[in-house]
Amino acid sequence: MQNNYLTKPMSMALEFLGRISGSEKINQWHLREPALKLVYQSLRQSVRVGKMAQTRFFASAPLKPEEKLSKHKPLKKDIFDLTPTREQQMVRDELLKFAKQNMRPMARDTDNGEIPADFFSQVNALGLAVSGVPEAIKGVGQMRSPVSSMLMAEDLSYGDMSLAIAALAPLGFVNALTEFGSRDQQARYLPSFTEDNFFPASMALMEPSARFVPDQLTTTAVATNAGYRLNGVKCLVPLGMKSEIFVVFANLDNHGPRGFIVERHYPGINTELERNMGLAASGMSRLILTDVELPKSALLGEQEVHYSHQRMIDLSRIGICALSVGTCQAVLDYVTKYANERFAFGEPISNRQAVAFMIADMAIELESMRMLTYRAASRAEQGLPFHRNAYLAQIMCAEQAMKIGTDGLQILGGHGFVCEYPLELWYRQLRAVGILEGTFLI
Amino acid sequence: MINLELSKKLSQLGDMAHAVAEGMFRPISRKYDRLEHTYPKELDMLRSILQGMADGGSDMGADGLSREKKGKRKEIKNGSNMAIVLNMMEICWGDAGLALTIPGQGLGNAAIAAVATPEQKKRFDGKWAAMAITEPDAGSDSAAIQTTAHLDGDEWVLNGEKIFVTCGERADLIVVWATLDKNLGRAAIKSFVVEKGAPGMKMTHLEKKLGIRASDTATIMLDNCRIPRTNILGSETIDTKKSFAGVMQTFDNTRPVVAAMSVGVAKASLDLTRELLEREGLCFEYQNSRFEIPAIEAEFYRMEADLEAARLLMFKAAWMADNGKPNSKEASMAKAKAGRVGNEITLKCVELCGSMGYSENALLEKWARDSKIFDIFEGTQQIQQLVVARRVLKKKSKDLK
Repeated sequence: MQNNYLTKPMSMALEFLGRISGSEKINQWHLREPALKLVYQSLRQSVRVGKMAQTRFFASAPLKPEEKLSKHKPLKKDIFDLTPTREQQMVRDELLKFAKQNMRPMARDTDNGEIPADFFSQVNALGLAVSGVPEAIKGVGQMRSPVSSMLMAEDLSYGDMSLAIAALAPLGFVNALTEFGSRDQQARYLPSFTEDNFFPASMALMEPSARFVPDQLTTTAVATNAGYRLNGVKCLVPLGMKSEIFVVFANLDNHGPRGFIVERHYPGINTELERNMGLAASGMSRLILTDVELPKSALLGEQEVHYSHQRMIDLSRIGICALSVGTCQAVLDYVTKYANERFAFGEPISNRQAVAFMIADMAIELESMRMLTYRAASRAEQGLPFHRNAYLAQIMCAEQAMKIGTDGLQILGGHGFVCEYPLELWYRQLRAVGILEGTFLI
Repeated sequence: MINLELSKKLSQLGDMAHAVAEGMFRPISRKYDRLEHTYPKELDMLRSILQGMADGGSDMGADGLSREKKGKRKEIKNGSNMAIVLNMMEICWGDAGLALTIPGQGLGNAAIAAVATPEQKKRFDGKWAAMAITEPDAGSDSAAIQTTAHLDGDEWVLNGEKIFVTCGERADLIVVWATLDKNLGRAAIKSFVVEKGAPGMKMTHLEKKLGIRASDTATIMLDNCRIPRTNILGSETIDTKKSFAGVMQTFDNTRPVVAAMSVGVAKASLDLTRELLEREGLCFEYQNSRFEIPAIEAEFYRMEADLEAARLLMFKAAWMADNGKPNSKEASMAKAKAGRVGNEITLKCVELCGSMGYSENALLEKWARDSKIFDIFEGTQQIQQLVVARRVLKKKSKDLK
């Protein structure tokens, strides 16, 4: 895939940067500034090489209306039911296995942000993104299914939230396109997600301000003769350094927030890797947009599809809730085992109500989070209003996920505080729930 | 397929119950809160209405809290357990005290429905049955009960004192827990159906209470009380291996019902609070960040989220029972969550509405008094936590006390 041309020289340059900037000699010899300049130039160069090598996206013909994923799944039987469909269960089994066997063991090592390349090829083989692509363009999706996407987030997050966000970012992009993209945009961009290689893509909604509100964006889009001009800074963009393509949300003149499909090679785009409290493996990055010129066709949905920013926010809030449910289940299961095995005063600490009741409450509140999340997603899937449900689910998950994270760590005592155990990792990840917006659209 | 909406059929049932709650319970709610120990005669009419509702075209609700046998049917269904919790939730939205004293709907009826033989079911059909477990020295620790039963010819002879018997004065039957042998612990505890007027049975005291005052809470003395041998529920033999589980299983079915009561009362509080706040100009839009809205609005959403969680946990537990899935953990989760948030919400609503909340002119203060009991009876909050913890941690009661 083309991204190798882009990332290889860049990563080499970055590695070089890392190596020399850490060297004491450089400081001694007053070489730091010139060296950094050199690296900067080589980086620019590599970006340019990447740019030239890059393919554009083409579509021979737009998707026919009947080839689009049908939006709403009618209930087969009008009953309250918590059982996933057989297909969903099969996917669940597979993803949970992957989460346990592949993701969890590498969670600690990838917390520095370095993910082995074969992780992404394994993820691609799981067929996450392709599950959201219509069959007409070589995908395997038959219907828009927010519930299926939600379950994927829960199950992968059981392995590791950070890796799950990276793995799911392309599916979030695909879902945004099948939900809001025009037929032409779907035909143009979605085939890339059906290939043999992982195709990195992500959404960019958040902005670096303390009082960020997802429907009051400072990133602007101005209509020009040729299309639109974007300016602004986006943060917490998953896979930001890798993604070939983004949906960037910006305030369009007097129209309020809209989505824009931004290809990485457009001039004026800079990305910076962020360092956050957690979620390093998600590749969270800043996206700095300086006079980025976009064609008219970049407007998500163009003139064809009604765009609802609220719906976009709500669908991704449920996505984040689902991620938190998976991680909290990981915390609960780990702590349960630990409390049963850890002896103090001659018996397992779980024999004490002070500990056991904390665990009971974790289980109760986790199930509360799950129920609210499931209901919001299932309403979305059936075409029922779900804004209130997504809002309440977010409130519940934001509060309880962190409580479960901190109580779980507390039960491990000093062991919870050290990196030999996963609790402090989960603790750092769960702090992001309630902050993240637009990370994964179900 | 994952769907957390109620079916049309259930929704209609809920709407009907809601209409009864609004039309019949609310108007007399304050009246019987003040007239404690007076039987609400308006409920006699309700008895026939409810019977009509249960019979009318719906197979749900009429067969009580029976449990679908495991593996009997594969297709997922929504049955009587869901119907009953929904019904109870709506009725308690009207008034929980009155709901607890609806003729023919006592907890004893649930116990009979769960474990009685067909012959017993027939014999006790249409009777109102209360439940008598608690004793002066045995509350949550129901294995420690002192009331005894011994066989004398063709009759059981019961001796002991039972307190906190809901509907103890008004019910036709009382399901009494008694031990066949104090030395054999839990396995020896059996339940017996005592009919009103049985020789040696006497109601000695009616409690004055914080809330649910429309419902009578009685003390029953059993002094060489004699009942027919066929009035034992379940087997006569003491099976130490089977232990307590059989008796306790009733709770798996009734705990979601108590959760429903709590959810119903909390819903009533939230609905009225919303109405009062909206009247004073507050808008609920679920729009902005929870940190950018007035604290009173944020508090309201938090309560709504908690209530919705309790409601869904309650339906989940009932749904599992309807489909023959073991739900002991989920039943206790539902009751734990509903009990605590129900109490929190009703208290917070009084606080949010200030003097309007505290005044007897509105029902908010009443609901804040009523709700406390749901975190106590059918197993306190702490008992539910214990059950959940034991299930999650896979512990025996001797290890996690």
